Amino acid sequence: MTIKVLAIDDSRTMRSMLEVALTEAGFAVELAEDGVHGLERLGAVDPDVVITDINMPRMDGFGFIDAVRADGARRDMPILVLTTESAETLKDKARKAGATGWIVKPFDESKLIAAIRRVAPRVA
Amino acid sequence: MSARETLKEGFFQECEDLLETMSDGLSEMERGENDAEVVNAVFRAVHSIKGGAGAFGLNVLVNFAHSFENLLDDLRRGAVRPESSVIQLLFRASDRLFDVVEAERSGRDPLGRAQDAEEYDALLAQLATACAASPAADSEQSDPEADFVPTTLAFGPDLGLSDVEAALHTHIIRFAPHKSLYASGNDPVALFSALSDLGGLSVSADISAVPPLGALDWEESHIVWTLSLATELPVPDIMDVFEFVSSDAAISFEDLPAAVAEDMPTAPLETEEPPPAQVLQVSEARTSDPGKSNPSGSSNARQSIRVDLERVDRLINLVGELVISEAMLTQSITQDGLVQNTDIETALARLKQLSTELQERIMAIRAQSVKALFQRMSRIVREAAHATDREVRLITEGESTEVDKTVIEKLADPLTHILRNAVDHGIESAEARQAAGKPAHGTVRLLAAHRSGQVIIEIEDDGAGIDSDRVLAKAIERGLVSADAELSEQEIFHLLFEAGFSTAEQVSSLSGRGVGMDVVRSEIQALGGRVNIASVRGAGTTLTISLPLTLAVVEGMLVEVAGETLVIPSTALRETMRAEGAMVHRLGAGEPVLAIRGALIPIIDLGESLGFRQMPASVSGLPLLLVESAAGRLVALTADKIIHQREVVIKGLAENYGHVRGIAAATILGNGRIALIIDIDQVAGNGLGGQDEAASLTAHGVG
Amino acid sequence: MQNVAELEQTNQREIVSFRVSGKDFSIDIGYVREIRGWSPTTILPHTPDYVKGVMNLRGNVIPVMDLSHRLGLGPTEPTERHVIVITVLGDKTVGLLVEAVSDIMSVPADELKPTPDLASTSSRDFVEGVYMIEDSLIRVMDIHQVFARETGGF
Repeated sequence: MTIKVLAIDDSRTMRSMLEVALTEAGFAVELAEDGVHGLERLGAVDPDVVITDINMPRMDGFGFIDAVRADGARRDMPILVLTTESAETLKDKARKAGATGWIVKPFDESKLIAAIRRVAPRVA
Repeated sequence: MSARETLKEGFFQECEDLLETMSDGLSEMERGENDAEVVNAVFRAVHSIKGGAGAFGLNVLVNFAHSFENLLDDLRRGAVRPESSVIQLLFRASDRLFDVVEAERSGRDPLGRAQDAEEYDALLAQLATACAASPAADSEQSDPEADFVPTTLAFGPDLGLSDVEAALHTHIIRFAPHKSLYASGNDPVALFSALSDLGGLSVSADISAVPPLGALDWEESHIVWTLSLATELPVPDIMDVFEFVSSDAAISFEDLPAAVAEDMPTAPLETEEPPPAQVLQVSEARTSDPGKSNPSGSSNARQSIRVDLERVDRLINLVGELVISEAMLTQSITQDGLVQNTDIETALARLKQLSTELQERIMAIRAQSVKALFQRMSRIVREAAHATDREVRLITEGESTEVDKTVIEKLADPLTHILRNAVDHGIESAEARQAAGKPAHGTVRLLAAHRSGQVIIEIEDDGAGIDSDRVLAKAIERGLVSADAELSEQEIFHLLFEAGFSTAEQVSSLSGRGVGMDVVRSEIQALGGRVNIASVRGAGTTLTISLPLTLAVVEGMLVEVAGETLVIPSTALRETMRAEGAMVHRLGAGEPVLAIRGALIPIIDLGESLGFRQMPASVSGLPLLLVESAAGRLVALTADKIIHQREVVIKGLAENYGHVRGIAAATILGNGRIALIIDIDQVAGNGLGGQDEAASLTAHGVG
Repeated sequence: MQNVAELEQTNQREIVSFRVSGKDFSIDIGYVREIRGWSPTTILPHTPDYVKGVMNLRGNVIPVMDLSHRLGLGPTEPTERHVIVITVLGDKTVGLLVEAVSDIMSVPADELKPTPDLASTSSRDFVEGVYMIEDSLIRVMDIHQVFARETGGF
């Protein structure tokens, strides 16, 4: 079974880059434009892993994580945040917000894929 | 080699270290040092073997290590007392573990022979019985005591690891997640799956802290995982997998000192060729305290790299060339009379000093302590004592003595032979010993030491000693010695080393040694060494093996015979002199003898004995070299000219040709020509009136 | 590149040919490591007549065999013009003393003919077959036989 990834980013370029990289790596990819859109799509997509940008309109990445963790059914869902800076403080912030892990932008494809594999539940 | 095979070989290499740690610990326990850390170290070693074996599906090994480990676990928990019977059982289990590992390594079925399977089952049963009131060890699932459940994970894709030459290492990672790890959506199973992409992974879960169902807090983290990951990747690559959870879990590399795990170089050390089968463990930190062995478990802390043995040998060859070139240079400078120039003289002396030191240092890379060898030997003694129903204690000394790796490998067989003989034929039965006023248990001492530029291995027993009258009688009966031969006690002892002296039926009736001792002697001689026997009736026997420090250099006297340059090893050379008419006698038509200090010493012409020429009509005026064979026989060798004494680099003949009688090896001289190194024992013969080896040398024979 | 393609097409083999007591012999180039001029050897005692002794090949001691003597064509009195063909078989390196190396040639593998009866019997045991090349008969040596211990070799 293929691992399903929901990628949330407000930048179109970023979304296509994620889509290409993840599709090439054999993941099934669904896209969303911001936190709200992401939440809306969760039910339909039922992803194994979510990758989300932090700084987005309407609802940022942290807000998205809060909302997901508050949902009893999806509280354990792996969520990776895409951060533009590698600063430890941001990583701390991500962890405090309940992110499963983080990927530094601009991302290295192999690292991105490794990170997903590291958090994705094993799909039978 | 596929990635999987590479990983597996890495596992077996690690097993060697683990087995050594285990043996060390058991020896300490036997000496009564039973503190928790000692038992723990043995436990961890066996446990790691089990973990690795699980990853490779080596089920016999897993099962056996599991049963072994259960008993060790009971010991460290204090549920079982370390009584002598338990220690003995642990020793037998450790011996069996060695065997199973060896069998798995060579791809044999560890239970292939019916006898193996029987002993194995019996040992499993004994281990289970010895455990503190636990059910049968092999019913792992229902065993409430079994808090480790080995899991074999499927291998990740072939990562093409065979193209990467980095030391394969099995990391033992303790992974204790905090509650927060689960809260952030991380999943240990996903991490393990990612880890298995890096190499062979086996996972054990310690579920001992999981409370009963009723008291269970679902949010709490109760399970501690022990991961055994065989990978060539450096620690930072492994830590990458834990990147997201590094502050949500306690992660420790149990196989590495804490400091190393935190700050490891990111690049693998070697990236050129596939990992070779033969690898030297080069140890940076040497044990400086000879008498004392490392505390258990700390052996992994030494800083070392694995190096392809072939690289070391290439280096040794190159340095050998350097030493030869240096000799050539010195020779031509001396011949040209340039040595008066002090600058040249100083520079030359410095060059010589440097090349000699370089050679010594490189030889030291091949040096290894005899510890592992001695550990193997203690097993031999245990088994021999068990088989012959003797009480024997083995005392080893000088375990940290370093000897060339090749020498160590080739010592195992002769030492096994000697030790078996010492137990079987040297040590008397407990009753006989007590009747003789000796302690009921015999003692065998195995010692290694460096003495005057040589390695000495001594095997001493406090048994019955050698009955020289019986040995002589037997030798006469077998036609090895003429009945009227007058032999010193030393010469009689050396008869034990003669081929054809002993047969299996007669040695056990003889309270001495004998089984295959001729093989022992030839094996030691092949290493350029000698064996000597000393024995006192009723008090015991000592065998002393002396070996050159390296197999690469020998000190020798260069002589010229029939236009050929030959080398006489200095170890055998006693004296050089010029033959004068009055000293040389002919006994009838026989060979000439040298009369010196009241003794008659046979004169052998080197040229004749090697088939280069006939014996010169008169040896008067020729240089004579008095040499002594290993058996203590003195002969005088004639040569045309004595050149000088020097160190020569030994070059084997056997690699490209085969053994040549009378010749030990070859060397390359300063002028690039080859000189042969004489095998004194073969040229001198035994002179015992039996088969004359010196004469047979001239017979036609190859290899 | 072209040569490689040709070789594959026609199943060629490359041989090194040399003269031994006026006759042409050859071995597969795969066994030849290098060719060196004759230099005096150190005599090995108690060895068969055809073993000329040992020589120093860059720090290794290797035996040298008088191929003519070995093939029963009489002993060679080596001069500076003689050459030693250094051959490698398995883990052994052995020098073969010959008169001269003639050529390295590519020959069609399937044109190897059985050794004709006229070849002297002693050398026939060591010959795998012959090639007829421009009127000359080139014997291909079975180096395994030459080295074989059973036949008194190495």
